[in-house]
Amino acid sequence: MNSRSHYDVAIIGAGMSGLAAGIRLAHFGKKVCIFERHNTVGGLNSFYSIGGRKFDVGLHAMTNFVQPGVKGTPLTKLLRQLRISREEFALCEQKQTRIAFGPHGETSLRFTNDFAVLEGEVAEKFPAQIDGFRRLTSAVRAYDDVSLDAQPVSARTLVRQYITDPLLEHMLFCPVMYYGSSSEHDMEFGQFVIMFKALFLEGFARPFDGVRVILRVLLEKYRAAGGERRMKCGVKHIVARDGRAASLLLDNGDEITADHVISSIGAPETARLVQSGHRLQPAPAPGRLSFVETITILDRQPADLGWGSDTIVFFNDSAKFDYACPEAQVDPRSGVICIPNNFDYGPDQQLAEGIFRCTCLANFERWAHLPEETYRADKLRWYAALQKSAQRFLPKLAAPDLLTRATVSTDMFTPRTITKFTGHLGGAIYGAAEKNRQGRTDLANLYLCGTDQGFLGIVGAMLSGISMANYHILAKA
Amino acid sequence: MTKDECKKVVLDIIADIAPDEDLTNVKSDVRLRDQLQLDSMDFLDIVMELRKRHSIEVPEADYIQLASLDSCAEYLTPKFNALSAKS
Repeated sequence: MNSRSHYDVAIIGAGMSGLAAGIRLAHFGKKVCIFERHNTVGGLNSFYSIGGRKFDVGLHAMTNFVQPGVKGTPLTKLLRQLRISREEFALCEQKQTRIAFGPHGETSLRFTNDFAVLEGEVAEKFPAQIDGFRRLTSAVRAYDDVSLDAQPVSARTLVRQYITDPLLEHMLFCPVMYYGSSSEHDMEFGQFVIMFKALFLEGFARPFDGVRVILRVLLEKYRAAGGERRMKCGVKHIVARDGRAASLLLDNGDEITADHVISSIGAPETARLVQSGHRLQPAPAPGRLSFVETITILDRQPADLGWGSDTIVFFNDSAKFDYACPEAQVDPRSGVICIPNNFDYGPDQQLAEGIFRCTCLANFERWAHLPEETYRADKLRWYAALQKSAQRFLPKLAAPDLLTRATVSTDMFTPRTITKFTGHLGGAIYGAAEKNRQGRTDLANLYLCGTDQGFLGIVGAMLSGISMANYHILAKA
Repeated sequence: MTKDECKKVVLDIIADIAPDEDLTNVKSDVRLRDQLQLDSMDFLDIVMELRKRHSIEVPEADYIQLASLDSCAEYLTPKFNALSAKS
């Protein structure tokens, strides 16, 4: 085998975590190549064009926003580790987010990037709970959420020691679960802490041009550091020999070798690639939580419809929030509305078109195997149902058909779309329920990074790539 | 290399890995961790930048020698001088 096909490190998947790992390794002189099956980078957080319009997928908002000068948080660590300056991301802050519960969102909690706003809302709407909420917040702040060997504890059980009103409990879990939980009903407390900090104690922001900006910065850093990447060239098999990943067989038939392999494609997805003579430990089951999302392009700013205040709305039409794979194709009772126009881009710029996105839980199995015609018809039907459901939680329109009249284009993704473009089994956005903090596998030189390693959100994804590259490769050199 | 030059090398590295830190008043005899927000990831980066830029190896057992600028200078200056004597 010639030297051109041997790398110090091969990375499978050019999503946020794979790119971040690649930047670290290339920066410190490793010969690295990222293999990506798709023709664009970003994985679950990417973008695509239809009819000359660019649509973001995944990213509603970048979580973990902190003001310049705030140190020791995930965003700061990430920027330092990847040698990125804040100006390169040019993050614009959210205006406000609401958690709206009840048939028309009668009970609502507002939060912004200033935690005092949420605290004030809890004090006003749940006066009996505010002391508990403050104690919960202290417990969250004190928790070591980046420990690679923490023991799993139920978040519901722990949170109930502080919050005794079930409505408030459900309202707090709703955004936390929607933005990162890979397990149904409950989550591991460490994961809850990561998300509570990312959403409530830190906050939301995005670059004016969305996820593309973040990906462009990552790609530039990776290229400048000397990293290689091969697009439209996935890894078909990991050939295992003597307990190690001996080589990688690529989609195009080539075979390459590497001292270390980092896989960002998920734990069960990685296990499927491994070909070996001996039996490996069973991989975790693919996650069950998937989503549909509708994207509606408007001929005017959402503010002109009266929807100018909310950046994001987490809604649930009753007092009890069910975070689970639905029986039906979609569960429209709860969801997330995102209006990307409602970030604060400053006085001189606004997005050219209005955008209204709505995300709901969906059942992969009920979408995966439909004949094409039924699939299309179901998408149309659910598109309408989601629009109707979401509007219950937004200010009433001046005329009932105003949204339809303002719509210039629509798109929708389903669990099937997710699997098709990202390779994630079951359309699972947040990966397997069981996380692997150390990122180890049965093969000594094969490690996991990304969503199944267990740091959440896009900042978490990048930190995961960084941590695994540091822990398994750089710190041991 | 003098000890002051060695401190400058370390400060230059810190300036690059933690551009959000103000390094104008760093005290030589105080632990870096106590006056700057540097975590274990940042210390790993100091070690790795020393290797990348200056071919200086710091084994894990010696990380503690990098606690303050003074201790950095004590520990690293002989390494730098040994290296330049060789070349």
